[in-house]
Amino acid sequence: MSATAAPPQAPAAAEPPVHKPSLKKRLIPYWLLLPGILWLVVFFVLPMVYQASTSVQTGSLEEGFKVTWHFQTYWDAFTEYYPQFLRSLLYAGTATALCLLLGYPLAYLIAFKAGRWRNLLLVLVIAPFFTSFLIRTLAWKTILADGGPVVGVLNKIGFLDVTSWLGMTEGDRVLATPLAVVCGLTYNFLPFMILPLYTSLERIDTRLHEAAGDLYARPATVFRKVTFPLSMPGVVSGTLLTFIPASGDYVNAELLGSTDTRMIGNVIQSQYLRILDYPTAAALSFILMAIVLIMVTVYIRRAGTEDLV
Amino acid sequence: MKSATTWLRRNLVVIAGLGTLAYLILPNVVVTVFSFNNPTGRFNYAWQEFSLDAWKDPCGVADMCDSLSLSLQIALWATIGATVLGTAIAFAMVRYRFRGRAAVNSLIFLPMAMPEIVMAASLLALFLNMGVQLGFWTILIAHIMFCLSFVVAAVKARVLSMDPRLEEAARDLYAGPVQTFVRVTLPIAAPGIAAGALLSFALSFDDFIITNFNSGNTVTFPMFVWGSAQRGTPVQINVIGTAMFVIAVLVVLAGQMIGNRRKKAQPK
Repeated sequence: MSATAAPPQAPAAAEPPVHKPSLKKRLIPYWLLLPGILWLVVFFVLPMVYQASTSVQTGSLEEGFKVTWHFQTYWDAFTEYYPQFLRSLLYAGTATALCLLLGYPLAYLIAFKAGRWRNLLLVLVIAPFFTSFLIRTLAWKTILADGGPVVGVLNKIGFLDVTSWLGMTEGDRVLATPLAVVCGLTYNFLPFMILPLYTSLERIDTRLHEAAGDLYARPATVFRKVTFPLSMPGVVSGTLLTFIPASGDYVNAELLGSTDTRMIGNVIQSQYLRILDYPTAAALSFILMAIVLIMVTVYIRRAGTEDLV
Repeated sequence: MKSATTWLRRNLVVIAGLGTLAYLILPNVVVTVFSFNNPTGRFNYAWQEFSLDAWKDPCGVADMCDSLSLSLQIALWATIGATVLGTAIAFAMVRYRFRGRAAVNSLIFLPMAMPEIVMAASLLALFLNMGVQLGFWTILIAHIMFCLSFVVAAVKARVLSMDPRLEEAARDLYAGPVQTFVRVTLPIAAPGIAAGALLSFALSFDDFIITNFNSGNTVTFPMFVWGSAQRGTPVQINVIGTAMFVIAVLVVLAGQMIGNRRKKAQPK
């Protein structure tokens, strides 16, 4: 990662001092790291270990759970809930694609065309972070209400015919369909796409656009050959910041969907908090983690960026 | 007609961008409008008539303001905890070379690359196995944990972009290590620390998934809203939502104005 590279501007100043620093000085970074790292080890790594042990336990609430190395739970959980896994990946993937499609123009607008409106637009993108996302998600119930103006317009322009054909809606309603869940996911994670995109677009030297124009590139070509490739770090981190949380979300599916749109998050949530089948819940959340980590690793390899943090 | 299509093509980005902004802001508009509603049933989903009742009596719903104040307290403590721990890590990562850097780096990156529900469930597994009583402390512990990485990222970005020669200059002028840190390093890193703290506050205040797993019977504001989605949503929820949006806009605008003034005062 870029942090390991020496700062390029002052090579002479980066030379280590000739004398060996005292032990006290050499321990400074460890003292700085200790409290925070300890926190992460105790409350992030250790819980994973406990969850791993929970996932191979058998038993019941009354008799208590025991570690019996019952790996069968993983297979049973996966075969029973693979539709929910597939659905989560499908919804999260669709929402991520929509976020990129919707977020790019806005990030571009803020970075290059907003002028003195830039700050205000940025504030309007960030402000929803501070307003309860649950309240805003509930507002979508009003917006997408049956017989409401939004659904009426979508119906009139034939949009709902197309989405019904795609299996995203049923009849002339949007609430309690996959479309509503994807709409909520897209909405909730859109700022996580826009901000990284904006950051990487803002860094682009606009003289590169002029240079491309001087070389007779048409605006579309400038975008395809200059702007978009240079914004790749933003695209990669934006898609990750959208896809990862969306794949584990259960709030949108619960508030805007129906029992037919349950995502894997809904299953884990009810297994842990309602059915109290801890081993299955733990196994499910490890399967989700494995799927996401594998997909993310492959994606980062393909996209060719290592610089994420 | 032709000029209209050229105009449309020229401004396509602007139109699409503003369309996205409208999509982002629409729910906030609906929340605001419906804060002036006087609904007939338990749910505030359909417009009935204009009323100021909810604004006159924002705490008129049982338990709502208690949950709000609990959320504010947790967010405040989580912000302080995560900012202190995260800033220390960020400085160690940028300023020192030490063994195990790569491992530390991935340990900090992993919580951000993990679906929230996985962390929520594993923390619950820990607390259940340890027999810890769920409540205020387990929520706070969880919030500090997931805010930490975001603070590290924000502070690291800022410290990385600052010129180490400034600190050397301070030392050449006989400033001690403490004086250098307080007078030179900290002021330059401040915007990064502030950004990390602000982000922590927002993340903690708004967190639902991790809190839902680890709160036991304790009700934070997002938990209250979640419960009300099943039992009935009082108009006061929209009042709080509207107030939060207005305050957020003002705070962020004020922060940017301070930042701008600083930039003007000390040109690079």
